[in-house]
Amino acid sequence: MSKTRVIWIGLALLLVAAMVLPFLVKNYRVFQFNLVLVYAIAILGLNILTGFNGQISLGHGAFYAIGAYAAAILMDRAGLPYWATLPFSGVLCFVLGFLMGFPALRLAGHYLAVATLALALAIPQLLKYKLLEHYTGGVQGIVLVKPEPPFTFRFLDQPLSADRWLYFFTLAVTIVMFVLAWNLLRGRVGRALVAIRDHPIAAAVMGINLAMFKSLTFGVSAAFTGVAGALGAVVIAFVSPDSFTVTLSIFLLVGLVVGGLASIPGAFFGAIFIQFVPNIADELSKSAPAAIYGVLLIVLMYLMPLGVMGMVRKLWARWQPGAARLQASVKPGTSVPVPPDLTKESTT
Amino acid sequence: MNVEGVIHQIFSGLANGCIYGSIALALVMIYQATHHLNFAQGEMATFSTFIAWALIQKGMPYWMAFALTFGLSFLAGLAIQRLILRPVERAPVLTNVCVFIGLLLIFNAFSGWFFDHTVKAFPSPFAQEGILKTPFFSAHEFGSFLVMLAVLSALYAFFRFTPIGLAMRAAAQNPDSARLVGIRVSWMLAFGWGLAAAIGAVAGMMVAPIVFLDPNMMAGILLYGFAAALLGGVDNPWGAVIGGLIVGVLENLLGAYVIGTELKLTVALVLIVGTLTLMPSGLFGKHVVTRV
Repeated sequence: MSKTRVIWIGLALLLVAAMVLPFLVKNYRVFQFNLVLVYAIAILGLNILTGFNGQISLGHGAFYAIGAYAAAILMDRAGLPYWATLPFSGVLCFVLGFLMGFPALRLAGHYLAVATLALALAIPQLLKYKLLEHYTGGVQGIVLVKPEPPFTFRFLDQPLSADRWLYFFTLAVTIVMFVLAWNLLRGRVGRALVAIRDHPIAAAVMGINLAMFKSLTFGVSAAFTGVAGALGAVVIAFVSPDSFTVTLSIFLLVGLVVGGLASIPGAFFGAIFIQFVPNIADELSKSAPAAIYGVLLIVLMYLMPLGVMGMVRKLWARWQPGAARLQASVKPGTSVPVPPDLTKESTT
Repeated sequence: MNVEGVIHQIFSGLANGCIYGSIALALVMIYQATHHLNFAQGEMATFSTFIAWALIQKGMPYWMAFALTFGLSFLAGLAIQRLILRPVERAPVLTNVCVFIGLLLIFNAFSGWFFDHTVKAFPSPFAQEGILKTPFFSAHEFGSFLVMLAVLSALYAFFRFTPIGLAMRAAAQNPDSARLVGIRVSWMLAFGWGLAAAIGAVAGMMVAPIVFLDPNMMAGILLYGFAAALLGGVDNPWGAVIGGLIVGVLENLLGAYVIGTELKLTVALVLIVGTLTLMPSGLFGKHVVTRV
């Protein structure tokens, strides 16, 4: 069986499993799975920027927050239905991300990390700011109403509850976003992004407009994360400044590294990790999740710099020797995004 | 807005600026040697301050706890560089940023885990009504100003007059030539880390009586440290100190008269992005020209 065929069958089975899953577990678990999907979109957004384009952002929680607040304000003040808020959040974050991308053009590596970290730290304060309080609800935040399912039925003895309905909505959005990202990254644009990451000068020589591509990447990445934020606001039905601290940005980075840099499906592993590991670790101590994340970040950098997906690829190559050759010889016209070579010595 | 008030704000800004300056100095020390910005600097300082707090709680006299914390922080910084940073010394930026963020999370978690999350008062060694109280400075502000001045002079003397200070400067400036004349460059980096951790610890102990001690105490201060370091020029230690003073005064004046205290971190954000975009080498930094 060819590799593509295996992947398609696997995806179909996964989809069926994902459709049945919410009816097998309790409502609270469904809510948690909703968040997994939301985080997966957010991590995918960060991956487009950091994994594929090599621009380090420690502040994607800020775009998540802006997306969430935009959705919440539109629902709360303008009375828009929940599904209509997503495009607004996406477009708003695209514009803001694009603007943030302009200074980012002049900042490489660490400097961009500092600037985005500052953004992540400043956002909760800005959301609490008294001149904006009329819209943002200040420290209190905004409480939303969870949308009711438009129709209802019972399956496996479980009703289609609000959370289950939202699960299907979130799943649909997730599929759309992942297909969009896949289409964006598998062609010319994806190759340009990877070229910019690996050798900006060579990329510029080949006629890639660095400034435009980097700013646009920032915008697209922010838009993905903004849509995730809007979905998150709908799923949780509440936004407040203190849910969007710098911790969120750092957790997204952890999810990215765990799942795998420059890997689209890796975002799911990262999302599952940041959603469920804290729940388990919390029983040990309130501080345990952060400690585990910290140790894991460092250990992963030493042992598994390409995360879970890097491991999966390696095992696949070992299990089926032909696959390794397929990966190595990229046919013209198809693009296999090459993972960043984290073990290579930097030239600077 | 009276003159007296403005002067008071400026002086108190200078006192804060000393603390930002010393965090910036710690950042610059590591940057000069390795070209990495240490995102964990603030959390390391917080953890050191917690150790000092625990020692004082056990009944140790303040200055003894101070000295012990200084020494322990130096050793811890040295150990971190040797054990954790050395394997990734030459790795790409993203790897290093991830390791620094990992350290940040670990130290933050440890502060909360070992010393719990309640906000604690940290004693000031300078008596409220002592001789240090002046019309414009509170006793603690003036005292911390003096402490920072002492640290700076000691550092200057160390780098200027001792053989090991000279070796460290050589290792930072030209690692290859330094290695050829027999300097153990890698160990010099470790010393730099130790010193940075110790300076951070002093800054932490000086700022804790003002902002109170809790595991997230340093997040905002680190951001101001970054702003100060970048403003002064990230490869210039004197620039870092002057940048710290400027940022401190600016923060106080803007906070008191222009935008209020609620947007302090946004000021730091604007300063950082503004400096990096308009004046990437800062006020006193070297202009870097890259050959392509």
